[in-house]
Amino acid sequence: MENEAGALSRVAGLFSARGYNIESLTVAPTEDATLSRMTIVTRGSDDVIEQITKQLNKLIDVVKVVDLSEAGHIERELMLVKVRAEGGLREEMKRMSDIFRSRIVDVTNKTYTIELTGAGHKLDAFLEALDRDAILETVRTGASGIGRGDRILKV
Amino acid sequence: MELTGAEIVVRCLAEEGIEFVFGYPGGAVLNIYDEVFKQNKFKHVLVRHEQAAVHAADGYARATGRTGVALVTSGPGATNAVTGIATAYMDSIPLVVISGQVPTAAIGMDAFQEVDMVGITRPCVKHNFLVKDVKDLAETIKKAFYLASTGRPGPVVVDIPKDVTQHKTEFAYPKKVTMRSYNPVIKGHPGQVKRAVQMILEAKRPMIYTGGGVVLSNAADELTQFTRRLGFPITSTLMGLGGYPATDPLFTGMLGMHGTYEANMAMQHCDVLIAIGARFDDRVIGNPEHFIQDDRRIIHIDIDPTSIAKRVKVDVPIVGNVKDVLAEMNKLIQASKEKPDPTALKTWWTQIELWRSNDCMKYDHDSRLIKPQYVIEKLHEVTRGDAYVTSDVGQHQMWAAQYYKFDQPRHWINSGGLGTMGFGLPAAMGVQFAHPESMVACVTGEGSIQMNIQELATCKQFNLPLKIVLLNNRFLGMVRQWQEFFYGNRYAESYMDALPDFVKLAESYGHVGMKIEKPEDVEGALKEAFGMKERLVFMNFITDQKENVFPMIPAGKGLNEMILV
Ligand SMILES: Cc1cc2nc3c(=O)[nH]c(=O)nc-3n(C[C@H](O)[C@H](O)[C@H](O)COP(=O)(O)OP(=O)(O)OC[C@H]3O[C@@H](n4cnc5c(N)ncnc54)[C@H](O)[C@@H]3O)c2cc1C
Ligand SMILES: Cc1ncc(C[n+]2csc(CCOP(=O)(O)OP(=O)(O)O)c2C)c(N)n1
Ligand SMILES: [Mg+2]
Repeated sequence: MENEAGALSRVAGLFSARGYNIESLTVAPTEDATLSRMTIVTRGSDDVIEQITKQLNKLIDVVKVVDLSEAGHIERELMLVKVRAEGGLREEMKRMSDIFRSRIVDVTNKTYTIELTGAGHKLDAFLEALDRDAILETVRTGASGIGRGDRILKV
Repeated sequence: MELTGAEIVVRCLAEEGIEFVFGYPGGAVLNIYDEVFKQNKFKHVLVRHEQAAVHAADGYARATGRTGVALVTSGPGATNAVTGIATAYMDSIPLVVISGQVPTAAIGMDAFQEVDMVGITRPCVKHNFLVKDVKDLAETIKKAFYLASTGRPGPVVVDIPKDVTQHKTEFAYPKKVTMRSYNPVIKGHPGQVKRAVQMILEAKRPMIYTGGGVVLSNAADELTQFTRRLGFPITSTLMGLGGYPATDPLFTGMLGMHGTYEANMAMQHCDVLIAIGARFDDRVIGNPEHFIQDDRRIIHIDIDPTSIAKRVKVDVPIVGNVKDVLAEMNKLIQASKEKPDPTALKTWWTQIELWRSNDCMKYDHDSRLIKPQYVIEKLHEVTRGDAYVTSDVGQHQMWAAQYYKFDQPRHWINSGGLGTMGFGLPAAMGVQFAHPESMVACVTGEGSIQMNIQELATCKQFNLPLKIVLLNNRFLGMVRQWQEFFYGNRYAESYMDALPDFVKLAESYGHVGMKIEKPEDVEGALKEAFGMKERLVFMNFITDQKENVFPMIPAGKGLNEMILV
């Protein structure tokens, strides 16, 4: 979409005004500074998804809409998790982090901050695998997506 | 030469060929008003409330097809305009509304008369702009007019901070704008158009269902040709009235909640439905679950893809401008060797005539009280069906739609989508400005008229010879009707007490007032009023208080579950 002030609120406003749900939404400028790219994760029947696509296209600031789920695509989300890392937990957390191929990016004598990237379900699985009490804080970016193979979204 | 932002605004409006700007001044737009004062390209109409400025611009747009322009100040001026903007948005009317804003440095500071206009209007505009740099001003105004008038039309707000109206820059009005993210489709997809024509020619029980899109795209001629060549029955929504002549025998009347029995039955039982610039509104097809119980194939022509398959699935979607698509279809139909099956069509018409013989629009002609339907029929007679008729919202609106047989497009002007009481009088002003020589009637209720009654002063100032037809039932009649039908006659707050003496009220504004209490006086009063070509005449018809609008499909019911008289 156009990298204009207010474009994001038009999209967010559309979803709330029409009662569509947003599971996540990410947005940032692209290599072309006049454009931003947004990835929205939403759920609905085929009819609802069709309406959402049309309604988004109708917004003047939106340049192009694709439904990535119509074909192969890659979806990635970044999560930062701060966990307890004292005593026996310290070794345990390091091990879990390795299993999930995440990285410890900040360390104190009581905590680790772990960075993990992947599809949403992988991040979920990581959290599941941790002891609830060990999790001190999490922050997730929401998914960004791109088509697989030669499929290109370009304006 | 460098011009100030205020000068640029005025120059842009002149470049657009704007004739009228409806507005109301205030602090944030003083610079613009100073330039309005100095120019003579367009006429500024000072209304008495900003809502009326927008409705007047809207009425002007509906009656002409051109873009209406309103100018309001920041804060309360802007919020007062919002109802007008939402009204235009729901009915897809092209408007450019220019609002003043506090200076850029003050935005976000809770400054005096600051309101986030772009935020407030976002859900009820086609698009809106906040102009932060005078260098962008001319191009933004150009874009606003382009967006408002092309594709599916709609209101566009341009919010201009006061300092931007003072800053200077070189002025050049762009001849053209293009926007990579906005490319409305005009021509229908040829393959789809062909499929549609094939389906039309094979229909046994066809029905043409038209809406506001026909009027908006000026396609009345193409539609008339299309319908007459095929000999198909045709109906229209409230918004499409006049798109096809109502006095023509192929016309089955309006459909929907207060539509005719024949139109609704034909809509429900047809085998091929040709929807043209209509959006399957809930007041039109009632309950969609019920609507789809009967099997039919649907062709849907609409310029806005979101209107298609929004409420019902369609078989042949055609995204395009009604006028272009119908012209293309007419060509194909004319060239085709096939014709619709005459026997099947004859059987279908026999069925429709049977429904029609129900005479669902009958009403009591012997009453001692003035029947509102009778007033509208007489209005039609006295004006020879030639008047522009605006209305407010309520029972009177439905009677005007049902009994004034509109034969021409852009003559029926009402708020269908938002249903805004208070629309009628200011809209009529806009119409009269557009057509100074034409008869303009405002059909209203005693509830609605009081929502913008102050505009009688504007009418005086500009000598607008409107004819106000007040169907005074001393009730918020439409509300009372629902309370009678669905709330056990509990008339909660629907009685209009303490009404003013409308004759004196009209007179105090410098107009002519009339009170009509007997059926036998109706025609004479209308003739007398329309004889006064230079004066606004306010006719207060004291009508039967308990009259209801029939037929009626209760909300949530199906098209063939009508309540008849
Ligand atoms: C008290 C009350 C009672 C009502 N009762 C009824 C009733 O009984 N019957 C009834 O019909 N309505 C009734 N209405 C009105 C109703 O609420 C809707 O406003 C109306 O039915 C919508 O009409 P439409 O489908 O023609 O759509 P519009 O709102 O006129 O929309 C026009 C459609 O055409 C499309 N379009 C625009 N321009 C073009 C173009 N150039 N080319 C192609 N397509 C185009 C648009 O995208 C849109 O889909 C009532 C309203 C009130 C206030
Ligand atoms: C601004 C606004 N407020 C409330 C309503 C709800 N409403 C719809 S019709 C109606 C009654 C209108 O009364 P009147 O103008 O006297 O017309 P009547 O139905 O009696 O002909 C009301 C209150 C509305 N449509 N618009
Ligand atoms: Mg009333």
